[in-house]
Amino acid sequence: MAEYIKDGTIRLNNGASACSYAAAVGKMEGEGPLGECFDYISQGAELGEKTWEKAESKLQQYAFEIALSKGKLQKQDISVIFAGDLLNQCTGSAYGLRDSDTPFIGLYGACSTMAESLMLASLYADMRLGYYFAAITSSHFCSAERQFRFPINYGGVRPPTAQWTATASGCCITRSADKPPFIKAVTAGKITDMGVKDANNMGAAMAGAAYDSLSRHMENLKRTPDEYDGIFTGDLGQVGTDILHELFEKRGIDISRVHKDCGLMLYDREKQDVHAGGSGCGCSASVLCAHILPQIAEGKLHNVLFAATGALMSTTMSQQGESIPGISHVVEISDTL
Amino acid sequence: MDISKKEYEQTAKKYAGSSKMYITIPMAFLIGGLICCIGEFFLNMYQQLAGLDFDQASAYTSITLVFLSALFTGFGWYGRIAKHGGAGTLVPITGFANAVVSPALEFKTEGYVLGTGAKMFVIAGPVIVYGIAAAFIYGIIYYIYGFFS
Repeated sequence: MAEYIKDGTIRLNNGASACSYAAAVGKMEGEGPLGECFDYISQGAELGEKTWEKAESKLQQYAFEIALSKGKLQKQDISVIFAGDLLNQCTGSAYGLRDSDTPFIGLYGACSTMAESLMLASLYADMRLGYYFAAITSSHFCSAERQFRFPINYGGVRPPTAQWTATASGCCITRSADKPPFIKAVTAGKITDMGVKDANNMGAAMAGAAYDSLSRHMENLKRTPDEYDGIFTGDLGQVGTDILHELFEKRGIDISRVHKDCGLMLYDREKQDVHAGGSGCGCSASVLCAHILPQIAEGKLHNVLFAATGALMSTTMSQQGESIPGISHVVEISDTL
Repeated sequence: MDISKKEYEQTAKKYAGSSKMYITIPMAFLIGGLICCIGEFFLNMYQQLAGLDFDQASAYTSITLVFLSALFTGFGWYGRIAKHGGAGTLVPITGFANAVVSPALEFKTEGYVLGTGAKMFVIAGPVIVYGIAAAFIYGIIYYIYGFFS
């Protein structure tokens, strides 16, 4: 049974298993360093749809269906779906899963949504509030671009601190613990506003939240970074990664040896024009489902922290001159119970 | 949180790199200059081959550049050039055309009225509003100046 430790940290004493996972991505993500790991790579950004929003929903639908079939499951086996995305009113998930005929809980945590949904899906599994639970998120470069920034063909130039919204979706299905990867503990993020106002520098807006949640998680469970062989943050990009390392260094903790950022893993920044790195709900979701979880299942990674980070802003609040609050939820995943 | 906002700001500032101006400025000069050269080419051509006077040829040149920019935007080429051109593609009249055509195409999915029609000037709108306002103020100053000279 899940046990509350303190300050947002919960230990899953029964544990939960990530029993099936899948990632569906766009062409550019497929050409990145993790290209071979993905279950589905789309040839075009449209996925045969007439609008970018429908394309994103389709990607999410694919991730869900592939995860089901990899786990030899039917949609009726899923007790609850936890899903979210970046589009207004979370329509990427609502439309992508509207034919799922399964209890659905929509979530919004910006790019941190994969950790948020996985946290809830694991807690439900630990407490046996059903049989199987799905955590799904997605993002699409074009649908995010037109909602948050400019039309695709507008010739605006992005600053070096800007990040590239990934066209990607990931789905992880959890159940009560039976085989690795096991989800062992979670820490809910706090809304952390460090006063960053630049909407083109999300890494800086979110690094403070990642620092807060990761240090809280380790402190509450009395752990040190050395006990993990991977600390994966969501999508801080290069700028946020540098800031995070320095924040820990100031406390005499070196996390650079074990820390990796999904936003830097998804793309090859030398060859692909993504500026500071990838972002979007689908970025950390696809890296988690196509790379991190399989590595744990194969025994290549043993103890991992997955801390997806999100910027809880809107274009309206940004234009009104407000600073950008960040959030980061932490999920601890291991190959032993 | 054991870090103050001030301390955080200093850390964040250190890692926010700026554009490589030794690349971006020369590129803006080259590509912007190239667009202007194309304009000059049409201006001369309309005067010498079509026999138009300077004012007419200027108007036709603007129309031609706007048409080409719209066409390039439609094919998705303008954004690719602009990635290297920066202000060189933004400042000429072609940049303005791109700012109108790109939302017109992008928001077509929401229909011709609420999409294309309503969103067409979402980027260029402020330029038009403040351009007209500035022209109006200039006109008043010019009018008053007329009394004293």
